[in-house]
Amino acid sequence: MSEPQTGPETVRDLIARQPPAPGTTGLLRRVCRAAAQALAASGAGASVMTANGTRGISAASDPASERVEDLQFVLGEGPCIDAFTDTRPVLIPDLADPAAQRWPVYTPAARDSGVCAVFAFPLQVGAARLGVLDVYRDRPGSLTGEELGCALTFADVTVHALLDRERDGDLLGDVRHRAELFQAQGMVMVQLGVPIEEAMIRLRAHAYAEERPIGDVARDVVAGRLRLDRP
Amino acid sequence: MTIISAHRLAAAFVDVADTLIDEFDLLEFLHMVAERTASLVGAASVGLLLADERGALEFVAASDENTALLELFAMQTREGPCLDAFRTGQPVIDVRLGDAADRWPRFAPRATAAGFTAVHALPLRLRRQVIGALNVFGSPAGGTFDPADVPVIQALADVAAIGLLQERTIRRGEILSEQLQGALNSRIVIEQAKGAVAQAHGVSVDEAFVVLRAHARRHNRRLTDVARLVVTDPAALRALTP
Repeated sequence: MSEPQTGPETVRDLIARQPPAPGTTGLLRRVCRAAAQALAASGAGASVMTANGTRGISAASDPASERVEDLQFVLGEGPCIDAFTDTRPVLIPDLADPAAQRWPVYTPAARDSGVCAVFAFPLQVGAARLGVLDVYRDRPGSLTGEELGCALTFADVTVHALLDRERDGDLLGDVRHRAELFQAQGMVMVQLGVPIEEAMIRLRAHAYAEERPIGDVARDVVAGRLRLDRP
Repeated sequence: MTIISAHRLAAAFVDVADTLIDEFDLLEFLHMVAERTASLVGAASVGLLLADERGALEFVAASDENTALLELFAMQTREGPCLDAFRTGQPVIDVRLGDAADRWPRFAPRATAAGFTAVHALPLRLRRQVIGALNVFGSPAGGTFDPADVPVIQALADVAAIGLLQERTIRRGEILSEQLQGALNSRIVIEQAKGAVAQAHGVSVDEAFVVLRAHARRHNRRLTDVARLVVTDPAALRALTP
């Protein structure tokens, strides 16, 4: 395996270079445009979903991809819905392949729209699920290892941008897979009696307000030196 | 002279094969491989690390979990026996941690401080690719094995890799990536659940893991399912008794 090629910094940069657009929809549209370019895709779509799979906000890189993104919510099936439900990517390099027959309505409809490959990436951190990023291609074929890594980084960056749109993403640092950070999220969830998604935001907000690295804050929470429900 | 009896080895492989037949959950499967390997070689601890799509080694499952052990796995993104086995594709066998400070200046002292005396790492091989490593820690109580046992342990490591390559996987290469990412995310859910249980029941995160695992076994449920439930359902979290 090679060294990671497209890190979070690069991805944030690619998103920042897209034309500005307001609100969460604007953020998602910029993510989709940057992802489509970086992954040599014909388009990309992103949907924010509630825990029961209901779609909230969505956006796409272009009007055609927006229609494809809408398809699975209209039809109630598709790789994006499965990726969200199963909490893992669904990678379909060829919609003509038998593997794609599990969506009897979606697959022919997507192919009619000119889509040949779909790669759906959950926007999630553990049990916190926010939605899905879909990458569409008008030609069949797998993502390379490098492209897969890049797509996963896009998903990571989008999660953190959605959780905390106003703040600097640098707080994330290299703590992506630090056990303590995730344990602290679980503890703060119970301390504040809030869902895990909100616990993540509160933890990051505390780190931001105190100007401390989030890893240090997490360590204090796990060690019992800091509680977010007490001043 | 091997220390592993053919009978015990056969039992371990049967267990592993059984899991492959059931509805497959990668993380659950890897936990089982780690536990069986630990009991087979009498090791203090066994862990499995897999390379993510970005080429970094990530801890996924272990025979037991505590903060010190998790840190030893986490460190191996940068240095340690698993990284060596992963990079070279060759087993790292019976390295005495007391003599390994030059080889792993950060890892060796921490592993020694955690009470381990020897370490082994075997590459997880899938076709020609190395996708991770099996890590075996020995303590004075056990976990040192005879050179004759190396092929046996490597066979277990290969079985762990085969678990990633089920019939469905052979049909479609993408399944491996899907399962791997799913397992890495489940790993995060377990950490979140440890925190939630620790806070709700006033125990340490290490104890919280034991509570989660005991509950899963008592109710014949997957650890990952129990973990997901306690993070998403406050009533389930309250009902979990230490």
